[in-house]
Amino acid sequence: MNAKTRTKTKTSNATRKDLSKEDALRMYTQMVRIRTFEDNANQLYLAGKMQGLTHMYSGEEAVAVGICEALNDNDRITSTHRGHGHCVAKGANYKEMFCELLGKEEGYCRGKGGSMHIADQSHGNLGANAIVGGSMGIATGSALRAKLLGQDDVTVCFFGDGATAQGLLYEVMNMAALWNLPVIYACENNGYSEYTKTEEIAAGSITARAEAFGIEAFSIDGQDVLGVNELSRKLVARCRNGEGPFFVELMTYRYHGHHVGDINREYYRSKKEEADWKENRDPIIRFRGWLVEQGIATEEEIETLNEQIKQDAKEAVAYAEAAAYPDAAEVDMHVYAETDTATLQAGN
Amino acid sequence: MREITLSQAVNEALAEEMRRDPTTFILGEDVAEAGTPFKVLSGLVEEFGTERVIDTPISEPGFVGLAVGAALTGARPIVDLMFGDFIYLVMDQLCNQAAKQQYMSGGKLSVPMVLRTNLGATRRSGAQHSQSLHVLVAHIPGLKVALPSSAYEAKGLMKTAIRDNNPVVIIEDKLMYQDKAPVPEEEYLIPFGEANIKREGTDITLIGTSSMVQVAEAAAKILEAEGISAEVIDPRTIVPLDEETLLKSVRKTSRAIVIDEGHQNYGITGEIASRLNEKAFYYLDAPVLRMGAMDVPVPFSPVLEDLTVPTPEGVAENARRLCAGEMIHAA
Repeated sequence: MNAKTRTKTKTSNATRKDLSKEDALRMYTQMVRIRTFEDNANQLYLAGKMQGLTHMYSGEEAVAVGICEALNDNDRITSTHRGHGHCVAKGANYKEMFCELLGKEEGYCRGKGGSMHIADQSHGNLGANAIVGGSMGIATGSALRAKLLGQDDVTVCFFGDGATAQGLLYEVMNMAALWNLPVIYACENNGYSEYTKTEEIAAGSITARAEAFGIEAFSIDGQDVLGVNELSRKLVARCRNGEGPFFVELMTYRYHGHHVGDINREYYRSKKEEADWKENRDPIIRFRGWLVEQGIATEEEIETLNEQIKQDAKEAVAYAEAAAYPDAAEVDMHVYAETDTATLQAGN
Repeated sequence: MREITLSQAVNEALAEEMRRDPTTFILGEDVAEAGTPFKVLSGLVEEFGTERVIDTPISEPGFVGLAVGAALTGARPIVDLMFGDFIYLVMDQLCNQAAKQQYMSGGKLSVPMVLRTNLGATRRSGAQHSQSLHVLVAHIPGLKVALPSSAYEAKGLMKTAIRDNNPVVIIEDKLMYQDKAPVPEEEYLIPFGEANIKREGTDITLIGTSSMVQVAEAAAKILEAEGISAEVIDPRTIVPLDEETLLKSVRKTSRAIVIDEGHQNYGITGEIASRLNEKAFYYLDAPVLRMGAMDVPVPFSPVLEDLTVPTPEGVAENARRLCAGEMIHAA
């Protein structure tokens, strides 16, 4: 089959008949939950209450939500160093997430992972990954497992435009295509590979990289949650039907710097450019307008929802700040998984 | 007892475990019809099919990454890495991904996978197909490392490796594939972290790994003829390491040489010697001696290559001098 690239640039703020009012409101809620989470995480960092490295997902919400709303809990995702958005979108709770960011015992990983390694296997999030492109093998292996064991789940591999420079991508796309694995490679193209413009690090076309392996590839507007969700639903269904893998490039923008400490960034991008994306292409403002226009929610209802989410975040942050750190005895726990001794006996 | 080759022993272990657990599968280059260049996997594809004995492209980081993802989500992959020298290619997947999932997730994620590969020089294969690199993975918390020294160990350790819930690197000496040893017909597993006292002795302890166990045993025979009684111990797994058995022996003999085919600098021999020095210092009559491979890339020329690895004669000579009270140290 010849690979095809379909480029969608216009917003698909058309009526989505397959989308219930409930689904639409949940998508909105999830996007605002991500933005609110990041606003709080940023404040925690700036206030010196959170240590280490963290990378804000603000601006890219429609990508994670549009895709994860097409998945169920049994479907897997692999995430990136910029992973809070994927984690929220896949169903994680604020409380365990803030606890993890602050290194507390009640965090998803008992504080041992932190921002860059947050994982929530209860919702199929196999974890953020601090090696750029590091999870491409894991995602593809998860899809291989599904195929070998006859399971019908789909795995989505999130990565950024910067990660397309890693050789691993080409090794695993080759195998995924050879073996028709149920994996979707979701390339979040936010225009910057850390502190460098993508056009300076990526020659040629991003989607052509996948097409070279015979993988059907798409390039779409990543700020349009409806469009992202519509395509994702189709591709997930086709993956379940044995038609994978697929590749989607999502054109998006990160509002913050590469990481929270990247404040003065005019040497690589202008404030004018940032303002343009925030004011004219913000995924939440756009979707909010659509909800009102379609009569799904009123401005007042949306404001109430936003306030509720802010309140939830405030409470979760307060909880996490007061929560206990892990006991010192935990430092050498979980290096190795236990193996049941009976399993290691002959005859068993 | 019947005798089979190390290659047959590995093959049997894989077949038995693949029959036992339908979530196991083999992934690697030329593993199916070819059965690997060493023919260790011959016949497995006929029994289990290409769905479970999967030929991959020459993409080591890629297929090791796939194994990590499959293991994280409920399968038990067994990866075949054709030459141990290719470990360098897969370090990120092995050390940053596989080794750390359990810890980074606070115990929620596990990676029950096996990476089987090989070590060993003197096969005239040059500097990039002859290295013994187990120290690289032994250094990383979260990985277990097994080094079978005969067909018997190869089978029993492989079965344990496959059932273990952690990433296990099991490294066979590629010069030993055709070596025969007694292997029981009935099923057995060898637990990790249990050293094997191959030969009892009273004057000196020779600790060898992998094929260096054979070198130590040959040295012990030479020494026996001279009236020196050497104890030979095979740790079998270097992570976890059965420190107690090693310490007990050294407290008895008061002297020890550690022999391993990895480079001597910053190597396995240094790690084991250091633990013995720290924990059995007052029992020692001589410094614990390290004997690793020479710190040079492995040369092709047979005459040169043979100089790079420990030999029975070399071990016997060092043992003789230690027992005579000569203060010697590693080159």
